[in-house]
Amino acid sequence: MTEAMESVKIARKAERPTTKEFIDELFDDFIEFHGDRYFADDAAIIGGIASFKGIPVTVIGIQKGHTLAENIECNFGQPSPEGYRKALRLMKQAEKFKRPVITFICTSGAYPGMGAEERGQGEAIARNLMEMSRLKTPIISIFSGEGGSGGALALAVSDEVWMLEHGLFSVLSPEGFASILWRDSSRADEAAELMKMNAKELLKNGVCDKMFTEAEEGLEHNLQYTTDQISEALSEALPRLLKLSKKKLLDNRYDRYRKFGEFTEIG
Amino acid sequence: MKLPSFADLKKGIVEKKYVEVATNTSKTAISSFLKKKSNGPSIPDESWVKCKKCMNLVYKKEITKYRLCPNCGAHFRMTPAERIRITCDEGTFEEWDAGLTTANPMGYPDYDKVIEGAQDKSGIREAVVTGKCEIGGQKAAIAIMDSHFMMGSMGSVVGEKITRAFERATEEGLPIIVYTVSGGARMQEGIMSLMQMAKVSEAVARHDDAGLLYVVVITDPTTGGVTASFAMLGDIILAEPKALIGFAGQRVIKATIGQDLPEGFQRSEFQLEHGFVDRIVNRQELKKELTTILKLHSK
Repeated sequence: MTEAMESVKIARKAERPTTKEFIDELFDDFIEFHGDRYFADDAAIIGGIASFKGIPVTVIGIQKGHTLAENIECNFGQPSPEGYRKALRLMKQAEKFKRPVITFICTSGAYPGMGAEERGQGEAIARNLMEMSRLKTPIISIFSGEGGSGGALALAVSDEVWMLEHGLFSVLSPEGFASILWRDSSRADEAAELMKMNAKELLKNGVCDKMFTEAEEGLEHNLQYTTDQISEALSEALPRLLKLSKKKLLDNRYDRYRKFGEFTEIG
Repeated sequence: MKLPSFADLKKGIVEKKYVEVATNTSKTAISSFLKKKSNGPSIPDESWVKCKKCMNLVYKKEITKYRLCPNCGAHFRMTPAERIRITCDEGTFEEWDAGLTTANPMGYPDYDKVIEGAQDKSGIREAVVTGKCEIGGQKAAIAIMDSHFMMGSMGSVVGEKITRAFERATEEGLPIIVYTVSGGARMQEGIMSLMQMAKVSEAVARHDDAGLLYVVVITDPTTGGVTASFAMLGDIILAEPKALIGFAGQRVIKATIGQDLPEGFQRSEFQLEHGFVDRIVNRQELKKELTTILKLHSK
């Protein structure tokens, strides 16, 4: 198995710690808030306020489960439009109260169901991309597991994007890629390698700014090994980002995404 | 391969092949998708095409510049050159960033050959044409995507050209009209194609912050990453009749829910009913409507 596919397998493990566990490990006084104020509450995205070493923060993350029952509850971590709209509501609240936003991402993608389409999955994701790009408070995104497509990006237009060693971020799953482009989903291994979808590869092209290693015995057996690194990084980044003027913060964020893409220019 | 810009096309200084491809849909797109249909009568000769919607044979000379089926009014797909002809005041279109050319960020095998094939088929360099024009005497920036180039998929060049169009419109204080048609992200460019969604969306935000007007005209089909970014961010969202508009593809949704989708699912009329488009506008009425909208926003 390729190194890339190994990351894919690890990122998808049922035992992999979920957003709730990261929140418990990293923050104090977490209070969860519910609902998008339009239609419903989506359990695939959780969010609320908490304290990070005395700094009030807004924390939002995509929630997967360990068991089938938990996964049914949170729709296997596949958010609906309501989830993205709740996330945006909480981000706007963070902006009002000058709290930094920290998002956790682990999703195979936004839910591709009929109801999600009827209620504007595309619009919800689009709105988040645009509003996050001009949210006047720092945003840090942490990819803890799978990062599938627009459904992951909708929580990741940020000042800094961090990834766990076996975190992923890709335009679609390696199986989907292989099946669409080569009509052969069994070539997922090869696709994962080509797609450069794990943290180590994404550090090289600037999609990821920082990588946290995972304990040899596995993240699920030693979460603290990784959260200690995240904690240290947050301790450094939050005060630094909070000190920037709003203009500088937003200009930097604009430039972060403005540079992406490869092309040549002739004539 | 050196491809012509639109200025060259207008001057008529390019090889005949490109002019034909860029201005005559009946010879390329329509006939190619019609050939795939097996039911109904076959096409007797080159001067007839079959409408995919009503299955009737249509005499090509009856298809006007609006590219509508004379029997049922179905809106056939159009090239940017054809769009410009029915949208912009004659002789006012000035192309921007015509020289942007595709690279291969992911090292996808034979991507250059795929691109060359798409260029040969469509006669344009990439899946969007951008520029400035006048519509009913009002100045506007304009971006027109092209389904004939890899189904209008968004890679680095498409993202960059649309971003630049928004940035330049913001600088010049211009409203912008964007015609969307896209199968979504260009998978061959991997994560970089996904990042174009964020890049364009932030340029839309800055244009919005400047108090400038953004009108989207959604055409068939607009799906995936384009729906989940700039297609849904217009101040005003117009759609052509019966255009497929959605985030997830129909095959994926079907596989997820394990049942067939209702008639008209994700079409313009469905999106109007669910509150995601402002108006459905017939193609012949588009220029008139755009002109009125631009007039009511002129300062």
